[in-house]
Amino acid sequence: MTTANNLVQGLLLGGLYALFATGLSLMFGVMRLVNLAHGDFAILAAFLALVAVDATGVHPLLTLTVVVPAMFALGYLVQRGVLNRTVGGDGLAPVLVTFGLSIILQNLLLELFSADSRGLDAGAVEDTSLAIGRLNVGWFPLLTLLTGAAVLGGLQLLLARTRLGRTLRATSDDQEAAQLVGIDHRHAFAVATGLALATVAIAGIFLGIRTTFSPALGPTRLIFAFEAVIIGGLGSLWGTLAGGMVLGVAQTLGAQVSPGWGVLTGHLVFLAVLAFRPSGLFGKPVTT
Amino acid sequence: MSASPPPLLRVSGLDAWYGDFQALFDVSVSVAEAEVVAIIGANGAGKSTLLGTIAGLLPRTAGSVTFDGRELAGMPAHRRVALGISMVPEGRRIFPSLSVEENLLVGAQARRPGPWTVAAVLELFPLLADKRQRGGSQLSGGEQQALAIGRGLMANPRLLLLDEVSLGLAPIVVRRIYEALPAIRAAGITVVLVEQDIGQALHAADRVYCLLEGRVALESAPAELDRDRIAAAYFGVRA
Repeated sequence: MTTANNLVQGLLLGGLYALFATGLSLMFGVMRLVNLAHGDFAILAAFLALVAVDATGVHPLLTLTVVVPAMFALGYLVQRGVLNRTVGGDGLAPVLVTFGLSIILQNLLLELFSADSRGLDAGAVEDTSLAIGRLNVGWFPLLTLLTGAAVLGGLQLLLARTRLGRTLRATSDDQEAAQLVGIDHRHAFAVATGLALATVAIAGIFLGIRTTFSPALGPTRLIFAFEAVIIGGLGSLWGTLAGGMVLGVAQTLGAQVSPGWGVLTGHLVFLAVLAFRPSGLFGKPVTT
Repeated sequence: MSASPPPLLRVSGLDAWYGDFQALFDVSVSVAEAEVVAIIGANGAGKSTLLGTIAGLLPRTAGSVTFDGRELAGMPAHRRVALGISMVPEGRRIFPSLSVEENLLVGAQARRPGPWTVAAVLELFPLLADKRQRGGSQLSGGEQQALAIGRGLMANPRLLLLDEVSLGLAPIVVRRIYEALPAIRAAGITVVLVEQDIGQALHAADRVYCLLEGRVALESAPAELDRDRIAAAYFGVRA
C-alpha cells in the first residue's frame, strides 16, 4: 500500500516538474537557447510572491495574478535587452550569459533575503487530503498536477491554434524565412521567453508552497527540469508532463527504499533514458 | 513626351558583402512600377546577394536602395515586408512544421490589405488546393515552390522578389509555375526575378540585367538581345 501511495505521490509531483520544465523546453524549441538561469527565475518568482504576501497578507496563490505577468514582462525585457544579442552566433554565448544571469540572480536574492530558508503558507490546502479508498491524495499536490496539465494544455493550444503560435513555430523552423514573411524574430523570441518565465513563475510559487526555498536552490531545480524534458523527449509538451511524472515516481519510490536515494534514483532513470532512448519517451527520433 | 515616372525600386552604387568577400560592386538597378525585371548571371555573380540586400537580409556597405522614394538603409527585413517588399527565397524555405494553409496564413503576418487571400492563392495554384492540411515538408519541389510564391503573395506586396524559382525543378513544373506570372502582373505587382534559366528569364521579363562578378555587365530589353551579347555579358568574354 505504501508503494501504491508513493506511486501516486510521484505522479502528482510530476506536475510540478513539468511546470518547471515547460519554459525550458519552449525557449530551446523556439530559439535553441538553453537557459541556465531557468531555475533561478523560479526561485525569484517564489521570493516575489513572498514579498507580495508579506506586504498585503493575501493568499500565496492569489499572488500568481501579479507575479506571473511581472515575470512575463521580465522575460520579455531580458530577451530583448540581453539574450537577443547572444542568439544566432555559436552556442557558447547564450550558455555563458545565462550562467552569468544565474549567478547574478542568486547573489541578488542572497543580498536581499539572506540565505535563510523561507516558505509560502497556503493554509488548509497544504495539509488536507482526499481519501480515495485507502489512498490519501493531498489536495495541494493534486492542484499542482491539474495546474501543470492546464498550463501545458493551454500552451499546446496556443502553439497549435493561434496566430501567435504560428509565428513562434515559423520562427523556430527558419529564422530568416520568418523575417521574410514580416515576422520580427527578436519580438517573437522575447514573447517566447516571456511565456517561459510566466510558466516557471507558476512553478516557483507552487514550489514555495510545497516546500521551503532559499536563494541557492535554483540550479537543483534546473537539473530536475532538464531531466523531465530529456526523459519526455524534446519538442513534445505532453512528453514533458510524462517525463516529469517518470522523474517524480522514480524519486518517491527511491526515497521509499532509503530517504537518501530519492534524488539519486531520479538521476539514474534519467541516465538510463539517455543511454537507451536518447530521443526520450515521446520525442521524435533525432533527424537532421 | 512626358517624363517617365520615378522608379518603384532604385538601387544605386550598391556595394555588398557576402561573408568575407565582396559580392556587389557599384551596382545600379532601377525597376518601374508594374515592370517584370530579370536578373541573370553565372553562379556567384551576386544575383542572390542583390535580392537579399533589397529584402533587408544582407547589409550593404555603400550605395542606396530606395523603394517608392524611401531610403531603406538600416531597415530590418520584417519592416520592408510591411512596406510592400516580399521575397520568395532561394530553396523555397517552406516552414516544415506548418501546414500548407498555415504557411500561407503566416505570409499575411504584415497585415497589408489587398486582394491576396488563401482562397486567391489556391485559385492561382490549383495544385495546392487539395493539400491545404498537408505538412509543409510533405510537398514535392514544385508544390513547395508554388507554396513559397503563394506565401510571398499573401503579404500583398507591391514588389515581389523571386529568387531562383526554377532551381531543381523539372522543366514542365517550371512552366506551370511561370504560368502564374501573368496573373501576378495583372494584379499590379512589380516583379524582380533572379533566374539561371536564361530562356525562361528572357521570355518572362520586360527588361534584363546581367551581372558579371558583382557588376552590371548588361541591361537591355529581351528583344534587343542576341546570343552573342548575352554570352559576352554572362561569361565576360567575346563569343
